[in-house]
Amino acid sequence: MSFIAKTFSPLVRALSLGAVLAGALALAGCERPPVDTTQQGFRGTAMQQTDNPRLLAKIVAARPVPPPDSEPASPDGPKAGQVYQNVKVLGHLSVAEFNRHMAAITAWVSPEQGCTYCHVGANFADDSMYTKVVARRMIQMTQTLNSAWKDHTGQTGVTCYTCHAGAPVPAQVWFKPAVPVRNVSPMLGNDFGQNKAIPSIALASLPYDPYTPYLLGNEPIRVYGKEPLPQGIGTGATIQQAEMTYSLMNHQSKALGVNCTFCHNSQNFAGWIPKKVTAWHGIQMVRATNNDYIVPLTSAFPENRLGPTGDVAKVFCATCHQGQNKPLGGKQMAKLYDGLLAPPAPPAAAASAVAAVAPGAARAP
Amino acid sequence: MLTNIPYQNLFTRVQPVGPAHDGVELPEGNSPRTGQPFLVYLFGLLGNAQLGPIYLGGLGIVSLITGTLAINIIGFYMLASVNWDPIEFIRQLPWLALEPPHPKYGLGIPPMNEGGWHLFASGLLLVSVLTWWARTYTRARQLGMGTHVAWAFAAAIWLFLVLGLFRPLAMGSWSEGVPYGIFPHLDWTAAFSIRYGNLFYNPFHALSIAFLYGSTLLFAMHGATILAVTRYGGDREIDQIIDRGTASERAALFWRWTMGWNATMESIHRWAWWFAVLCPIAGGIGILLTGTVVDNWYLWGVKHGIAPMYPEVLGPAIDPATLQGAKP
Repeated sequence: MSFIAKTFSPLVRALSLGAVLAGALALAGCERPPVDTTQQGFRGTAMQQTDNPRLLAKIVAARPVPPPDSEPASPDGPKAGQVYQNVKVLGHLSVAEFNRHMAAITAWVSPEQGCTYCHVGANFADDSMYTKVVARRMIQMTQTLNSAWKDHTGQTGVTCYTCHAGAPVPAQVWFKPAVPVRNVSPMLGNDFGQNKAIPSIALASLPYDPYTPYLLGNEPIRVYGKEPLPQGIGTGATIQQAEMTYSLMNHQSKALGVNCTFCHNSQNFAGWIPKKVTAWHGIQMVRATNNDYIVPLTSAFPENRLGPTGDVAKVFCATCHQGQNKPLGGKQMAKLYDGLLAPPAPPAAAASAVAAVAPGAARAP
Repeated sequence: MLTNIPYQNLFTRVQPVGPAHDGVELPEGNSPRTGQPFLVYLFGLLGNAQLGPIYLGGLGIVSLITGTLAINIIGFYMLASVNWDPIEFIRQLPWLALEPPHPKYGLGIPPMNEGGWHLFASGLLLVSVLTWWARTYTRARQLGMGTHVAWAFAAAIWLFLVLGLFRPLAMGSWSEGVPYGIFPHLDWTAAFSIRYGNLFYNPFHALSIAFLYGSTLLFAMHGATILAVTRYGGDREIDQIIDRGTASERAALFWRWTMGWNATMESIHRWAWWFAVLCPIAGGIGILLTGTVVDNWYLWGVKHGIAPMYPEVLGPAIDPATLQGAKP
């Protein structure tokens, strides 16, 4: 048997170099250290929030700077409702305060389009523009968010700018996805409503619409076993339900720029910590907001503002949070605007504005 | 003896090259081997440079056909799910999947596009894997070998069967099966752990991980030891089970010096085999018990004193849904 000993070091070297380059490429998606970690729970439970200050700075820099807040005007003098016609929600403010609110809302929502984005220039009292009808309802929504949902909105509060950030349509909203043609085909290709690279659920291979069941409907989110042993095999949540919940949690994580341990002791996801309580109120708040305020406005919107199945743009966690665990970094804008803090006007005064709405739809347990 | 060859290198630097070998004569009733053997230098860098001939046989043909069919069903299903768009198929490939049926079908037969393809592909895959197992058994017997490889493979098949057949049967629903997809099966795994209260508190999961990591440790220790003594003939480790030379002695002495005790040229291979097969055997037991015998592994761990209830260092928090007059 012939025996030839060869060395091929140039080729081996080239292959090694290739391997090193491939390795470097594989690491290109990683974040460079250092990161900031904050302990969030009991020692040894890995409950820490990990923030990359460089990425956070980018998220903040990418958001437009809020317009400067004006000082509250005098509450004295005639009320807006007495001076102007057809003022249904903010009529209890003084004229000066009312005008300051209107100017702020314009700066928050339609800075380029100006007053005439919602108002007919010749007659500001005219309700013929759909944007004005929607805006009025959105002011009532903001009042509710700042008064009835303080368990979630806390001291930070909500203004139009929280979601709109200088744009007439908030950047992060959701529609029901159109059912892919393959899902109704008798042959093959049914994606079961999942397994697509969708950013709003953090690119997970999970159901891409976890919003309809939980943030519009009231499907049970809790899927874990409540007892150590099964209470009858197959009676608990299915894996498919667990994946749906997991998808919603991925959205929350992505929307707030936090990891699971911000709200959970991951040893026991079912356990409660204060931040999880805040998040729980947030889910109830979003569901109620969609059902009480957003969905009833569907018929007010022109077709080009609706989604592929004709539904209205709805809110989810990312609508306000936009990558930060406190919207706008916790900037307390709302407290400067009395009209946005006050509870909605008594039913008698607001009846005409609420007529089209069926409130309470989302408040069922 | 080729003592001048730099054997202690981590990478293969020398390839012995000779006439390709056809292998031993096969007895009556065996199908002939297929293919003219030839040498490939790149293959020689990783293993033997010789490619072929391959023994196909009836079992091999059945296994290849059913396996190819299963993979093609999964692949074309994924392609269909992006409307037959080849660019989207490549871009989203890691996300795509053939999902198991909806829970409403239980153990019934769903329509093809409602999970039927998942059952069909699973059945084909099962035939493929079992015939391949039989092939590893009969080929080993034909060569007069022990059947250690076949039984190690059977350990992996056990885990595959638990995930796709035994546990779905026990749970009463095909929907409990695992999706065929790259990311989807990983997300399924995470969802499975969340659903059943954290799989890390499942003792069989813990054992499985211990054997998995133990396998890598043993593999590193053994590979390193043999490479380190090949210059003394340690690569002939099987000979040295019964005829210890200086390589065996040095390797044994090294471990006795560093950790006080050593395996032998024979026993190290038993260690490796058992660690490897116990990883899927223990893991399969853990999966089979999940949902059938235990519903929440964390609460099970608390009940049996292996997991603590953690103190509320962030202040008290209770489930708001249980509060009197809770909003929803």
